[in-house]
Amino acid sequence: MVGPRVIIVGAGPAGVRCAEALVAAGIRPTVIDENRRDGGQIYRRQPDNFTRSYATLYGTEASRAAANHRCFDELRGRIDYLPETLVWNISEGHVYALRDSRLVELPFDALILCTGATDRLMPVKGWNLAGTYSLGGAQVALKAQACAIGRQVIFMGSGPLLYLVAAQYLKAGAGVAAVLDTSPWRLRLAALPKLLAMPRALFNGIKLTLALRRAGVPMLSGIEPLEITGSAQDGVNGLSFRDARGEVRRLACDAVAIGYHLRPETQLADLARCEFQFNPTSRQWLPRIDAQGRSSVAGVYLAGDGARLLGADAAEAAGKIAALAVLEDFGYPFKAETVAELRRKLATLTRFAQGLMQSFPWPAGQAARLSDDTVVCRCEAVTAGELRRVVAQTGAREANRAKAFSRVGMGRCQGRYCGHAAAEIIAHAAEVPIEQVGRLRGQAPVKPLPIGIAEDGA
Amino acid sequence: MTGRFVRLAETERQQVTLRIDGVTVRALLGDTLMVAVLAAGGHLRDSEFGDGHRAGFCLMAACQDCWVWTAAGERLRACSTLVSEGLDISTRQPEATWSDRA
Repeated sequence: MVGPRVIIVGAGPAGVRCAEALVAAGIRPTVIDENRRDGGQIYRRQPDNFTRSYATLYGTEASRAAANHRCFDELRGRIDYLPETLVWNISEGHVYALRDSRLVELPFDALILCTGATDRLMPVKGWNLAGTYSLGGAQVALKAQACAIGRQVIFMGSGPLLYLVAAQYLKAGAGVAAVLDTSPWRLRLAALPKLLAMPRALFNGIKLTLALRRAGVPMLSGIEPLEITGSAQDGVNGLSFRDARGEVRRLACDAVAIGYHLRPETQLADLARCEFQFNPTSRQWLPRIDAQGRSSVAGVYLAGDGARLLGADAAEAAGKIAALAVLEDFGYPFKAETVAELRRKLATLTRFAQGLMQSFPWPAGQAARLSDDTVVCRCEAVTAGELRRVVAQTGAREANRAKAFSRVGMGRCQGRYCGHAAAEIIAHAAEVPIEQVGRLRGQAPVKPLPIGIAEDGA
Repeated sequence: MTGRFVRLAETERQQVTLRIDGVTVRALLGDTLMVAVLAAGGHLRDSEFGDGHRAGFCLMAACQDCWVWTAAGERLRACSTLVSEGLDISTRQPEATWSDRA
């Protein structure tokens, strides 16, 4: 029997565990990944000639990282692996990718999108200055390149990653100037029952904050960012903010890492015509999936943070459960009890993730308070004032329409870093609920392509 | 200013020499282009929208804020391209030249 043609996009924890379960059933999937090596962002591998240990690189998650890497290494002969390959479109049962400056077109019967997530950003005045990085970017600098993004780094935003990356910098010997969290402390206490769904993760999180506290790193919660200060020439030199008591304070630094939890990379799901639904808790649009990762489109499955922001452990479970859904849908034997067990695990991790979301909410209200001269679109330096003017003068109150008039969301990053804040600004300016603003449509190519690419086999 | 990025470990690697905007820069094998540039200087490129220097942002190939060009005109993402000996990089986009067929 000729098996189904199965393509997995992404070689992070979801993609790796998905491939493992398919291979175990006798299927040879194609795994396409944009990175040079497997691991995704969370278990990103350092270059071959680096020597730091798993414990140094991944801390409490060292054994999980090692297990993921080992799993993928062992799969290598039994999958078709296309690293450094960008999937830029999905259309009518085909994946279109760019590999070695050539266009590759691959048909599929089943497609599992394990596309992961990036930092979710709220602009702050001055975030376009050199020396401002996404929080995940600050972590990549350390994990993959053994570098700090500056000599005195302020970590600002909200979410568990804020404390994790700050603690990793501290441990690696970098200068941590402060950790500034926009979420007030009391939310963490209120979320405690949900956070207790994962006692180990909660304990690890508390340990990180204690390590920062012991080292004397100023840690403030309930702050409101005001401005990243500096010059166009020399970049960042400080940060001003309002503390929880309402006092304006300023700290010196030469780098700022910002992030407010994560947003899923959903452009490919969008191009595959998957339905989305608005999630009111996180105030973002997520692709609709069933309990096993089936999207609204037959043959298209979603797993990991690209579908639900539940973290790496959940991504492994979701990758496997999506593989089992493929097996079920294509008439392969599979163990129903394994599915039930994975679903229970995902339910626990979902409860924990809800606790995190409650503890560290997206600071939607900040968008309305951004001054008119704050750059919203970093790509093309379009300001909040310009976006508000477009809403007022053209009556645009839908994300794609406002994008067409203002160019916010049309630049190099294609709305990845401005889209959510822009939607909040539009909603506030137009006085409509955020869900009415909608979401930026995914456009092919999902990342910029060079003009001169050749068609494969042409 | 000296380098924006601070090397915290892995400093015993083989050295690599490349050219950035005509200036010779020493980097280490395994560095990304971004690290090579920012370990030596304060910025990576100029914003084409007049708001100053840029030094990358996401480091995970999502924001595209770190484009640089080879002498042959090939565009590279500095955050996800590893250095190699003799690489010659321009942080300014080469002028597009169009053949005149009119």
